[in-house]
Amino acid sequence: MENNAKQEEEKGEVVVNPWEVSSTTGKIDYDKLIDKFGCQRLEETLIQRVERLTSQPPHVFLRRGVFFAHRDFNEILDAYERGEKFYLYTGRGPSSEALHLGHLVPFMFTKYLQDTFKVPLVIQLTDDEKCIWKNLSVEESQRLARENAKDIIACGFDITRTFIFSDFDFVGGAFYKNMVKVAKCVTVNKVVGIFGFTNEDIIAKISFPPVQAVPSFPSSFPHLFSGRDNLRCLIPCAIDQDPYFRMTRDVAPRLGYQKPALIESAFFPALQGETGKMSASDPNSAIYVTDSGKDIKNKVNKYAFSGGQDSIENHRKYGANLEVDIPVKYLSFFLEDDAEVEHIKKEYGAGRMLTGEVKKRLIEVLTEVVERHRRARAAVTEEMVDAFMAVRPMPNMFN
Amino acid sequence: MGYSKEQLLELQIPFVTYEHPAVTTVDAQAKYVGHLGGALSKNLFLKDKKNRLYLISALADTKVDLKVLSTRLGLGKGGLRMSPEEALQEILQVPLGCVTPFAVINESACHVSLLLDQGFRAQDCCFFHPLSNDMTISLKSQDLDKFLRSIGKESPYVDLEANPPVGKDQPPDLASFVPSGSTVLPDPSETASSNLQSSTNHTFVDNKSPLVAAKVAKTSSNSQKVDIKPSKAVNPSISSFSSGQPLDEIVEKAATLVLSEITKDTINQHGEQLGLVVSDSIRKYLGSELKHLAVIYKNTAYTEGFHAGIHYQPKRS
Repeated sequence: MENNAKQEEEKGEVVVNPWEVSSTTGKIDYDKLIDKFGCQRLEETLIQRVERLTSQPPHVFLRRGVFFAHRDFNEILDAYERGEKFYLYTGRGPSSEALHLGHLVPFMFTKYLQDTFKVPLVIQLTDDEKCIWKNLSVEESQRLARENAKDIIACGFDITRTFIFSDFDFVGGAFYKNMVKVAKCVTVNKVVGIFGFTNEDIIAKISFPPVQAVPSFPSSFPHLFSGRDNLRCLIPCAIDQDPYFRMTRDVAPRLGYQKPALIESAFFPALQGETGKMSASDPNSAIYVTDSGKDIKNKVNKYAFSGGQDSIENHRKYGANLEVDIPVKYLSFFLEDDAEVEHIKKEYGAGRMLTGEVKKRLIEVLTEVVERHRRARAAVTEEMVDAFMAVRPMPNMFN
Repeated sequence: MGYSKEQLLELQIPFVTYEHPAVTTVDAQAKYVGHLGGALSKNLFLKDKKNRLYLISALADTKVDLKVLSTRLGLGKGGLRMSPEEALQEILQVPLGCVTPFAVINESACHVSLLLDQGFRAQDCCFFHPLSNDMTISLKSQDLDKFLRSIGKESPYVDLEANPPVGKDQPPDLASFVPSGSTVLPDPSETASSNLQSSTNHTFVDNKSPLVAAKVAKTSSNSQKVDIKPSKAVNPSISSFSSGQPLDEIVEKAATLVLSEITKDTINQHGEQLGLVVSDSIRKYLGSELKHLAVIYKNTAYTEGFHAGIHYQPKRS
């Protein structure tokens, strides 16, 4: 990535865009990122408001600050309070068959949003993007999209209000009309500035961003939202997707459309720690949904980066470094019981609890998550994928 | 001991048998049954460097490239070779030249990973040896599926000629077919249930109740096998859910949870409040499990209705 990205690397800073997330210092400063991107912190008051409005406890990812930033989420809540609905939009770039727990995070949160607010959801599988960026064949990217759809469905989305589509299947008609409208409002200079494209990049890359932008507009889905042009859209995603939607929000008013709202998550750390990179080629950098109980136990015990001290005496004396400890971080993602997480942090940080105990608890929790996912995945048939992906009416999507 | 061909015939699966002199090669078999219009199969019994075993059953015409297969299984380029003759006798319990998918009926073959050519499903009938060389059975692939299901196995159909790229972002697509049991010669005196537990990717099991453990292991092995199919094979339908099995499991687990929470220590700790504490954790556990199950049921029912709807034939008049 040239231009902005290079300058920042030379300054020793952070690169965050849809195709690269890295930091020369190892840690990502989320406060700086919020400032740089211009989005808002998700304040405690907003979380309490969600709890009040939905009469349900807020999701563990909200309580633990996993989803920590937003754009216009308060306006979505205002509208909801007035009785106006909205729809959800999220997606996945199907670059590999193997999904790990980090991939599931936005989907788990989206399911919570769908269930508590009782709203419809569109899920975009950007097989074309992966075909372009990863140089996969069209067939392979379509195949991966379908396989990934099964794991996504296994997260527990309601088929009566969820539409999953792949770009290669769905682009056309009203969707394409919106793509052209968006593309007419964005210059090459603009996308170069936002995404770091260059003159040497293939035109497929430069023309891709509108594809990810237009699901934010209800008129892209006439079979679902016809006559509801003012329906607002909320996009749960990881914060590296923010550039797409900065562009979209910029363009929306010019097209007479509502700006999409966003609710953004932090990055899921690799097993080996913040400095490690999660990659599909290193199966030990993450817990995969296909891992067996034995694999999980092995990976956590062997590879999970520990913030504990190097000897028991030192550990009892100084306690663990919770900042870099991966097991505690993972527990804060997946252990629902707030009291237990607090207890572990306190005891481990004070040195009274050992790394082995924390890891043991983590293994239990992760195994349960993976096992539940596998059970749900086993129930997903080809017909079910077809049904989720069928262009069909959803008459009760707001009930 | 291995099943004799008579026992196989008793399973009442519709098929036609042809007797002929014993043959040990596909060409020789073709001499006797090749004219009958069915699809001959070639069957390979392979092993990898860690002594894990694979039975590949393909149409005689399908090109099977062992290097490609080896890569797709995640074993590297040269990971697969033919199994030694002794393994044929000990594991599959069939004579030389008689490798056949039916051999998985034997307990000794429980660790063997079976892969079937998806080309079989397009054929009217396919030819396999039963457990001996002097006969050939002709049956439909769906009936082979029935047989496999009757002995608790899945029918994993794979495109054996496919050669997908395997690399940084494309993990081996057949990796889930690698058996997790690693012994070549399992002790035949092991009980069936412990075989089932050790031969599948074993997931977290509640140690407190062996009954629950066996049930959980059984279903996790079933669900494990079901979800690794890359193509349409045995599809779980609402009938597998209406059998009540998932509900039974949840009830069992809840019962175990209650028992585990009422101990001398917890009674001392909570006293009269123990009821509240236990009911709270049951509520949390049951609440989430049942909600998840409800979504699965709902989606399955909708899917079946949807499928029926798009295939329904309107009334003729």
